Amino acid sequence: MNESLGHIFIDSLLINNFVLCVFLGMCPFLGLSSKFSTAWRMGVAVIFVITISSMLAYGTNQLLVAVHAEYLRLISYIVIIAATVQLTEMIIKKTSPALSRELGIYLPLITTNCAVLAVALFQTVRNYNFVQSTVFAVAASGGFCLAIVLLSLVRERTELSDIPSLARGTALTLVLASILSMAFMGFAGMGSGG
Amino acid sequence: MSQTTDNPFLNGLWKESPVFVQFLGMCPTLAVTNSVRNAIAMGLATTFVLVCSNGLISAVRKQVPNQVRIATFIAIAATMVTITDYVVKAISIDIYRALGPFLALIVVNCVILARAEAFAAKNGIVRSLADGLGNGLGFTLGLILLGTVREVLGAGSFLGVSLFGPNFEPWVLFLLPAGGFITLAFWLLVFAWYRDRQDRKDRLISAQQPVEARS
Repeated sequence: MNESLGHIFIDSLLINNFVLCVFLGMCPFLGLSSKFSTAWRMGVAVIFVITISSMLAYGTNQLLVAVHAEYLRLISYIVIIAATVQLTEMIIKKTSPALSRELGIYLPLITTNCAVLAVALFQTVRNYNFVQSTVFAVAASGGFCLAIVLLSLVRERTELSDIPSLARGTALTLVLASILSMAFMGFAGMGSGG
Repeated sequence: MSQTTDNPFLNGLWKESPVFVQFLGMCPTLAVTNSVRNAIAMGLATTFVLVCSNGLISAVRKQVPNQVRIATFIAIAATMVTITDYVVKAISIDIYRALGPFLALIVVNCVILARAEAFAAKNGIVRSLADGLGNGLGFTLGLILLGTVREVLGAGSFLGVSLFGPNFEPWVLFLLPAGGFITLAFWLLVFAWYRDRQDRKDRLISAQQPVEARS
């Protein structure tokens, strides 16, 4: 595998957007997108966690391959992610108590955000080297941040519009996500040239 | 809110369906339901992990200190998922390829952790097993409902059997991610409409009764 870095970046940011095209990280995407202020903070926290855990996962995988213990991959990745989230939580609590209160329960829940584990697994499956993995992690998490921010902006507008009571809540969010996803399908053509 | 029975199996299966009521495990729900066969495979794999992890967690719940319980639950789930991963690979390489990374991602399916935290950590082994089985099958049922709509509309077939003959122009959108979102939205609307109708019917009956008693 020797994909160019630019291709990896555009591919995971837009063409195969993690949320809208590969369905990863749906829970925070649907659960935390009602307000713009929470959405972008969550997005930034996820970028941080994914980038760090991707680097650590790369190192761990090299180690596991060296000692022929690939069957431990899943468990070790999970432990790495849990540790990174714990670290992020401590840093945020120290530097910005207000943000920590705002994110509340959702911060530890990044552990079960499947996008985090998926980045680690995908980079292993695709045999990316260290630089490729890092670019991939930044782009994929950036894609998550972009999607959740876009959805939160649309949802803030729908708060004020006249919607049948039956469709309020999750059903409406899903319809909005579907339209966003259709819009992102337009990026698919960019991939063929790379 | 629908009234809940004391039966953990039935609660998980329908009244508190993980897909349509609790909104847990949305990622695999939307990602692998582009065919009914994948939906069934994913549902059964999740059910297996859920039953095993619920049982094990319930068995060790008194030994695990409170501070490390989440880590323990995830480690147990990861072990079960690793087992499932190898078993599916051994049974059918086709299904393994179709499910792709989502098989390994069962470990971060929120259904597993949510049931562990909300139920298995507080209840006995038998009830936890029933809860795992009910939620797992409820999850499978949700996946099959979504998969049916998407496969029939998007590919014109059911379980790979062609339904409408060769002249059917498949509605490819339903196989794409956008179709997944919209199918789930429509199922939710159908259920919301049905519940609303039931509620109004109940209100109508209770409003009429005193009138009939007087006349």
